[in-house]
Amino acid sequence: MPPSFEVIGFLGIMAVSYIAAAAAALLFEDDRARRVTGLLSAAGALSGMGAAALGLAAGGSSVLELPSALPEAALEFSLDALSAAYLLLIGLVGVPAAIYSLGYGPERAVGAVDGALGRHSTGWRPARAIVPLFLLAMSLVVLANSVFTFLLFWEVMSLASYFLVIGRGDSPENLSAGRWYAGMAHAGFAAIAAALWLAAAGTEAGRFEEIRQAAGMLAPAARHAVFLLALLGFGSKAGVLPLHAWLPRAHPAAPSHVSALMSGVMLKIGMYGLLRVGLDLLGGGPPWWGGLVLALGVVSALGGILSALVENDLKRLLAYSSVENIGIIFIAVGIGLVFQSYGMAGLASMALAAALYHAINHAAFKGLLFLGSGAVLQATGTRNMEEMGGLIKRMPQTALCFLVGSTAIAALPPLNGFASEWMIFQSLLAGAAIPYPLMAAMMAIAAGTLALTGGLAAVCFVKAFGIPFLAMPRTAAAEEAREVPRTMRLGMGLLASACVLLGVLPFAAAPILSRAFFGMPGLSDTPAAFRLGLVMEAGAGASAISPTALALCLLAAGGAIPLAFRLAGSSRALRRAETWGCGRAVQSPRMEYTSTAFAEPLRRVFADLYRPAKTLDIEFHPESKYFVRSIQYQSRIRAWFEDAVYRPLFGLARPLAGTGRLIQSGSLHLYIAYIVAALLALLLLARWM
Amino acid sequence: MALLFSKMWRTGLVTEDLPSGGDEGLHLARVVEERTRRLLGRSLAIREVDAGSCNGCELEISGLNGPVYDCERFGVRFVASPRHADMLLVTGPVTRNMELPLRKTWEATPDPKLVVAVGECARTCGVFAGSYAVVGGVDRVIPVDLFVPGCPPEPLDILRGILKALDRLPRR
Amino acid sequence: MIPWLLEGLQCLLTLLLAPGLIGFVRLLKARLQGRRGAPLVQPYRDLAKLLDKERVVSTQASWIFHAAPFVVFASTLVASLLIPLVAAPLPFDRVGDLIVVVYLLLLGSFFLALAGLDTASPFGGMGASREMTIAALAEPTIALAIFGMGAGAGSTNLGEIVARTLAHPGSTLGSGHLMAFAALFIVMLAECGRLPVDNPATHLELTMIHEAMILEYSGPYLALVEWAAQMKFFLFLALLSNLVCPWGVAVALRPGTLGLAVAALVLKLAVLAAGIAVLETRLAKLRLFRVPELLGVSFLLALLAITSSFLVR
Ligand code: SF4
Repeated sequence: MPPSFEVIGFLGIMAVSYIAAAAAALLFEDDRARRVTGLLSAAGALSGMGAAALGLAAGGSSVLELPSALPEAALEFSLDALSAAYLLLIGLVGVPAAIYSLGYGPERAVGAVDGALGRHSTGWRPARAIVPLFLLAMSLVVLANSVFTFLLFWEVMSLASYFLVIGRGDSPENLSAGRWYAGMAHAGFAAIAAALWLAAAGTEAGRFEEIRQAAGMLAPAARHAVFLLALLGFGSKAGVLPLHAWLPRAHPAAPSHVSALMSGVMLKIGMYGLLRVGLDLLGGGPPWWGGLVLALGVVSALGGILSALVENDLKRLLAYSSVENIGIIFIAVGIGLVFQSYGMAGLASMALAAALYHAINHAAFKGLLFLGSGAVLQATGTRNMEEMGGLIKRMPQTALCFLVGSTAIAALPPLNGFASEWMIFQSLLAGAAIPYPLMAAMMAIAAGTLALTGGLAAVCFVKAFGIPFLAMPRTAAAEEAREVPRTMRLGMGLLASACVLLGVLPFAAAPILSRAFFGMPGLSDTPAAFRLGLVMEAGAGASAISPTALALCLLAAGGAIPLAFRLAGSSRALRRAETWGCGRAVQSPRMEYTSTAFAEPLRRVFADLYRPAKTLDIEFHPESKYFVRSIQYQSRIRAWFEDAVYRPLFGLARPLAGTGRLIQSGSLHLYIAYIVAALLALLLLARWM
Repeated sequence: MALLFSKMWRTGLVTEDLPSGGDEGLHLARVVEERTRRLLGRSLAIREVDAGSCNGCELEISGLNGPVYDCERFGVRFVASPRHADMLLVTGPVTRNMELPLRKTWEATPDPKLVVAVGECARTCGVFAGSYAVVGGVDRVIPVDLFVPGCPPEPLDILRGILKALDRLPRR
Repeated sequence: MIPWLLEGLQCLLTLLLAPGLIGFVRLLKARLQGRRGAPLVQPYRDLAKLLDKERVVSTQASWIFHAAPFVVFASTLVASLLIPLVAAPLPFDRVGDLIVVVYLLLLGSFFLALAGLDTASPFGGMGASREMTIAALAEPTIALAIFGMGAGAGSTNLGEIVARTLAHPGSTLGSGHLMAFAALFIVMLAECGRLPVDNPATHLELTMIHEAMILEYSGPYLALVEWAAQMKFFLFLALLSNLVCPWGVAVALRPGTLGLAVAALVLKLAVLAAGIAVLETRLAKLRLFRVPELLGVSFLLALLAITSSFLVR
């Protein structure tokens, strides 16, 4: 179907705005560049959402081909319901992040001249130009309709985010993060490219329609290979365990609105790729595909949240929690694939809708939390939670937004995290109906893990909100923190309201969720499997909840209680006094519970998984060992898991890289010779074929 | 387990009645407001503060929680935080180091509140009088509502003191 | 109209009976210890007194500290609308299911934990950390129990579960159900801070869990928090008894059946409460780091319950 005039218009405005934004960043001076770039990026994201809304409303897919010199390298785009859903997701975080970036910058940092902010300086012009290009690349990836287009923009997306991670390249932390990221992104790219080329082997131009038609003829072994390679590649982009190692390094290193985009959106592009290839192009497969995805999801969810729990770096904590949420999303995708392979179309649609719902919700609250952490970073100059405290009194609005995000991510009703996790739980419960006991039992175990993850997330976010924002400031920098500029608060406020609305009014998301998988093989097109109305229903006659009514009840009860107290004539006397501390003389921040202490019980419970290493040095008085001069206690948690997985890989790669270095001499002449040789070889090859 | 419960069954209740009278020795330092008495008369939470006692008084106080004296039957119970408390039960002479904590505890307790000082030391510093380490009786630091004399006073006396402050003693 | 009145009745029952239930457990425990104990109405008197006292609030506290008691109370109260205490299914049955109930209670703990951190008191932080840890570790058991019951009844809505259990007791009640009950019972002990997980009568800050978290509250705020804790205990016991033994819950709405339902509820609660009193007399508090083992056992019980139901089907 040719695209409508409006869709082309919106997409065109989107692309032009993004490119203009990038240009503005390079052309203008510092302050104006920030303003123009931010506004143009927001406009781009907004028009992307407009195109997506039109595309969803129209149903079906509209295909757009751009002329090109080479037939194989034609850029081809299509806007179907799934692309539209992801385009909306990009806009959901893109718009607030762009608005936020208007006020985010090292110039306004209080007390942080040389802190983490100075390093990844957003004031560095190329970095500011790259953000809109990153947004554009992500939008074009989900719109891509041929192997070439997809791979091209995939690579642009990876490269753009790579440059944002390393920033100016003058901090060892960022450089190391960048190395991890580049290495894993390219390994992933190789896997994806292999998968897509394998799938497109029999087609003419590698268009997605052609692959879709040819997929049926593919040999089973080839299909499995395509799926596994795709899972490897997209899984590493999405950050599932054990392919997540780059994520907690790269996400915190980027500027915070970019972290929001990376965690909130880019991970979901990995999920999009998996859905596009596994579900759409290949048309689903045997149950073990879904089972594998489900298992990966379970492991990631648990591993992610356990790592997040013991983290003291606010942004790393959020990054690990993204691993957890991607795990939850993969659980839902896995169930969906399992249902699809058993021919339970209605349930499959429900599970996949739940996955998409959680992806959108995670984009909202994780985007919000990253923006919030950026605000905190700007105000205090640190990411270490042990050096914060008492920020709620200094930055009340940021605190409120962060609290909304924390409550949402802890899956507490009536916010959006709860709504989507409820749907995922219901999908798992429906899985009990699968006639194979092993699969059914797997669903039960996944349900248990999901709940444990939810509980641990609640602990984790009591810590992530409580330690930085509540109690007394632990350092002078935290003491002097000030509320961030209005634009930054606006960006956070937008996402906070999205968290509330998506949770309280689930029917607002219903048009996206029920249409996103329209026309996919093995799914039901009738929305009867689940309903997102005033009452959310998981299938007819099955479980139902109504977040809207729940929120109203909570509000009513919360309002009625003080009223009832006043009527009952209860005392209203209030006196301020010092915190009770058993009568000790002064209260100081040193007495507060720390972030490490807060997580200590769980660290001990899961000691087998964390394997904490501790060293205890006691220096005794020379006269008697009953007198102690000093005690030093150190406890660290080593990422032993990453060591176990990646060390051998590094061991393998190093000699190979050493060999590769032989041809790297740094001499320009030699490189030109290489190019000429490659050209010659290609020409000969073309002739011969 | 069967043994435990059969023994419980055979023992039955051992709580002794509170004999009437016997409150002559109790020294009411201030008249407690009517409203406070009414409010706390049926439900009283106590925070115990050891301001420097020899722990003889504590030993007797802990008897109140036991089955024989059972203060809970009067709605009296001990709590951990002065924020939850209605009464401070203070023992011992106030030592220099405990002066500030005692005052802070008093400040931390929400109104309306009572203070009962237990033991000879709490009033006159007893055997510690004149020591360089003590500040003086409890009423040197915070206002006291009632003194319970004795070194140490018996649990029954303490119970009587608490109830007398609330005007809840059984009538003769 | 009448169903809405019923919802009101449920709310009222929870509000009014919850302190009495705690009073009953305390009285029984006192008697087992050979004491005369406080009268049944003592918790009501305590609450009434607290309502008339002054609030002393830390100078460090932010609005979180003031909001938390209301959040806890409101979320517990809303949970009481969703649990079939005397009749099923109720009009609010489709507003929330068992999962909602559990997460509403978690919402309360979440805010209370934040309030514990808010005053910068080391005890508050300690209590918050412990309470949340135990809540998190109890979560998988709860989920599996819900999973088991939901798979049996085809829905996680409590009214549905109760109605279907009443209609077909043979097919829904079985050994799996009993194991789920045992698992939920252990979870209840942990969530409500009963022995052997937490000692509700301890005075020692370092051994506290729930109590340490609310050490800073006073006056009406404390009344709200304590009342909410009592309601949580009440709701957990009601849930346990009505899920496993729903008989007595009114399905048809006649005054007679309703009276019977209230009487049945009181009876079932009394039996469970007596069991808890006996248990608490017998048990000593576990060390904090043994609690996860207890919760692990409950998780295994729940897992066993579910897999057994899959295998026999
Ligand atoms: S009154 Fe007697 S028992 Fe009490 S503290 Fe003083 S010396 Fe010790």
